[in-house]
Amino acid sequence: MEELDCEPAVTWIPGVNSKKKQMCFDWGPGEMLLCETSFNQTGKSEKVPSCPFIYIIRKDVDVYSQILRKLFNESHGIFVGLQKIEEELSGKSRKAQLVRVSKNYRSVIRACMEEMHQVAIAAKDPASGRQFSSQVSILSAMELIWNLCEILFIEVAPAGPLLLHLLDWVRLHVCEVDSLSADVLGGDNPSKHENFWDLVTVLVLQGRLDEARQMLAKEADANPSCAGMCRVLGDLMRTMPILSPGNTQTLTELELKWQHWREECERHLQDNTFAANPRLESLCKIMLGDEAALLEQKELLSNWYHFLVTRLLYSNPTVKPIDLHFYAQSSLDMFLGGESSPEPLDNILMAAFEFDIHQVIKECSIALSNWWFVAHLTDLLDHCRLLQSHNLYFGSNMREFLLLEYASGLFAHHSLWQLGVDYFDYCPELGRVSLELHIERIPLNTEQKALKVLRICEQRQMTEQVKSICKILAMKAVRNNRLGSALSWSIRAKDAAFATLVSDRFLRDYCERGCFSDLDLIDNLGSAMMLSDRLTFLGKYREFHRLYGEKRFGDAASLLLSLMTSQIAPRSFWMTLLTDALPLLEQKQVIFSAEQTYELMRCLEDLASGRPECGEPDAQRLQDDDIETTKVEMLRLALARNLARAIIREGSLEGS
Amino acid sequence: MEEIYAKFVSQKISKTRWRPVPSGSLQTTETFATGSWDNEENCVSLWSIGDFGNLDSDGGFEGDHQLLCDIRHHGDVMDLQFFDQERIVAASSTGCVTVFLHHPNNQTLSVNQQWPAAHYHTGPSSPSYSSAPCTGIVCDNPEIVTVGEDGRINLFRVDHKEAVRTIDNADSSTLHAVTFLRTPEIVTVNSIGQLKIWDFRQQGSEPCQILSLTGDRVPLHCVDRHPDQQHVVATGGQDGMLSIWDVRQGTMPVSLLKAHEAEMWEVHFHPSNPDHLFTCSEDGSLWHWDASTDAPEKSSLFHQGGRSSTFLSHSLSNQAGVHQSLVSSWLSTDPAKDRIEITSLLPSRTLSVNSLDVLGPCLVCGTDAEAIYVTRQLFS
Repeated sequence: MEELDCEPAVTWIPGVNSKKKQMCFDWGPGEMLLCETSFNQTGKSEKVPSCPFIYIIRKDVDVYSQILRKLFNESHGIFVGLQKIEEELSGKSRKAQLVRVSKNYRSVIRACMEEMHQVAIAAKDPASGRQFSSQVSILSAMELIWNLCEILFIEVAPAGPLLLHLLDWVRLHVCEVDSLSADVLGGDNPSKHENFWDLVTVLVLQGRLDEARQMLAKEADANPSCAGMCRVLGDLMRTMPILSPGNTQTLTELELKWQHWREECERHLQDNTFAANPRLESLCKIMLGDEAALLEQKELLSNWYHFLVTRLLYSNPTVKPIDLHFYAQSSLDMFLGGESSPEPLDNILMAAFEFDIHQVIKECSIALSNWWFVAHLTDLLDHCRLLQSHNLYFGSNMREFLLLEYASGLFAHHSLWQLGVDYFDYCPELGRVSLELHIERIPLNTEQKALKVLRICEQRQMTEQVKSICKILAMKAVRNNRLGSALSWSIRAKDAAFATLVSDRFLRDYCERGCFSDLDLIDNLGSAMMLSDRLTFLGKYREFHRLYGEKRFGDAASLLLSLMTSQIAPRSFWMTLLTDALPLLEQKQVIFSAEQTYELMRCLEDLASGRPECGEPDAQRLQDDDIETTKVEMLRLALARNLARAIIREGSLEGS
Repeated sequence: MEEIYAKFVSQKISKTRWRPVPSGSLQTTETFATGSWDNEENCVSLWSIGDFGNLDSDGGFEGDHQLLCDIRHHGDVMDLQFFDQERIVAASSTGCVTVFLHHPNNQTLSVNQQWPAAHYHTGPSSPSYSSAPCTGIVCDNPEIVTVGEDGRINLFRVDHKEAVRTIDNADSSTLHAVTFLRTPEIVTVNSIGQLKIWDFRQQGSEPCQILSLTGDRVPLHCVDRHPDQQHVVATGGQDGMLSIWDVRQGTMPVSLLKAHEAEMWEVHFHPSNPDHLFTCSEDGSLWHWDASTDAPEKSSLFHQGGRSSTFLSHSLSNQAGVHQSLVSSWLSTDPAKDRIEITSLLPSRTLSVNSLDVLGPCLVCGTDAEAIYVTRQLFS
């Protein structure tokens, strides 16, 4: 057993006092049932009025958020698409595709975040507003982490481009600058705006030097005394060598140029070019990567990873991935300065900079309130073939473990269960059994829903589940007196036993009422009739009635006889069949041949002799026996007369 | 290809319907209704596709449909039909049928009329009954016909509290859908592959005609009648097959067309352009079938990711030369001459597409992936 990574959080359940009462619980697939027991701590059996409720405790609360549902649904499509990416696809095209998938995931998070933000603003009461705002910050953190992982693990950017990606990352997530810029430039006289220098500084910190230069030009216009200095600094900004994607220059060339540029900056600083204007001087220091000057702008940097990226931009623009963690750690230490300790988000980002994927996922699992993030990120990283070596000490690998957790959470939800199916499908080891366990627990309130569940099972050849669902539906139909439906369901499940049961109900109803119900079904059984003997009998017996109704007496008679001689008809029904033969025997023309009549007679005698003589004869029984005896007598008479007629007829036909 | 806008709405959509435009009006429809299913709380909602006439390049949000109003609906919405411009009839899994009234002034919906126990089961022993889902509705002002899992057919008038006519035990299996053939005749389809025609002028509980698929008893889930030729009917089945029937003759479909890989949930002829037909399915696809005779020329426009179908037709009708121009292209059985172009309209497979509706150049569909797709340029 491994040690716990952190203390498990305590969930308080209102109305339950664990100090007074003991609690009992039961695990469900995605949730837990909890109630008070009737025992109390002291062991005395005094009856204290106890809590009458059973509580359902859900572990994945985020599943129930209306807005996050969009995230789950939209990302489901991306997930399924990702699983279908050709394995053979290799090299560049594969990487490009994986990066695109990652970006799709991120854009879904962003869309969700924006909507959540709108809702938070529109929220009427402050409590729910706060709740939405905290969701926004969680989503924003998720996107931040995902984006960094994309750069480091999926894109695997080499030295040079790496910094450009990190710059984009910081620009995307520290976006106060845009509102600041709008604020400053919206005024009549931007350079006199109180936040003017803040804006220029932030632009420099984010490496947006073109925009910073334009701002300086504005300052030069408004303030001729420092126009010269502004021009010099502007020139430095313009000439800073940067790696552009289309450029063919090598890293060494870039480094050389960059050293020259840096020396020029240093010279200006030493010559006290900007001594008259401390603001410009501080900007120049920032551009030299001076850590003290950078740390003076803590407020504007707002966090340590911004500090890290700016520091790298102006001190080591061609940083290698392998050196990142060193800079990251020192930046974090410098930025926090021992005043505060790192938060979970800091630890996650630090783990990413250390290229420790497992640590990233572990920290995220602990810090975030849902499985969505880790499940999807892990799956994506697994497709990048970064996780293959890692097996957990229980059952499956990490990817599968996280996907199973997430999918179980979906199945616990009233309507998101359909999404869960595809996630289980892509868990090769335990997905199938999990699906089997979950799918049987879905409540089926309409046939339409049942059909959807059945389709899921049939597509996956889950015959046991198909059978059980059909049986449930058939039972329901029987309870509702819908025998036709019940029969259809048992035919679909190929459930012979149940088909026999329903057929018996049909036959019983016939005996009671003297007519068939649900003819539209029974007349169209076709090959399904073969499912069970009783069903075959039902179909054939109905066919006899149809033939009789159509006055095809000959066919009807031989069908009736064959039902008995082939033993398809249950013994208990023979008397009914023989009684059905009576009108045929009484017809004017001879229908049963002599041979057939003999057969009928044998059937009758079999039945009469096989009658068990048991039990105390009571009045009711005697009366029944009386009726029975009369019936047998009548049949015997009719059979004898028919035999006589048949023999005469057959004799005379042969003779002629 | 046409522009299709998707919007995720946090509820599984069971039905989508365009609001009809006033007859004689030239404007296109701008409002549609949706019903949800399998939520803890279901609702009927009205949406506007609003004014997005300017379809410029960066118009992501302009294409969005906006929620006008919604109202809670007890149980899953099993079917939804516009009764007229303002009224919507909804069928519930609780057996209830409700007429909702839309108030355009303050954009609200209210209950206008309700039949709480339109569909129910009677237990085997006790007289007490349990509710049965109502599965289909069809409206023809002032009449509303409903069918359900209890095999019952109800005929309501919108202003009458009691049913005008009820056929108990009309079907031994579940009735899945209903449509008018020509008033007062209706067509129903059931879960054992039968198509039954009922005439309300006749008393008794027997259909006047039964047509069926041969042998296999594949359940039929949807039915639609050709808007101009009232004897032509299309149905969709559990195996995803599209069947075309001529109710004047035969007891079997005129043609069976291999279509989707799972249940076909809805089939619709285009109301004003009936050579075009639309189907959607549990397999997550939405198809456009084009049987217009000039299909070959058109194919360059329409034929993207499409496939042409193989006919498995029974040559039942062979009345060559009889009103050739009038004979519907759906009934012709010469596979070599008439090919049907099929186009898949959704960009990627998703979960089940439960419902679709077409009106003029507009199409709307709703899925179990909780997305509503809308296009306004069907015949671009």
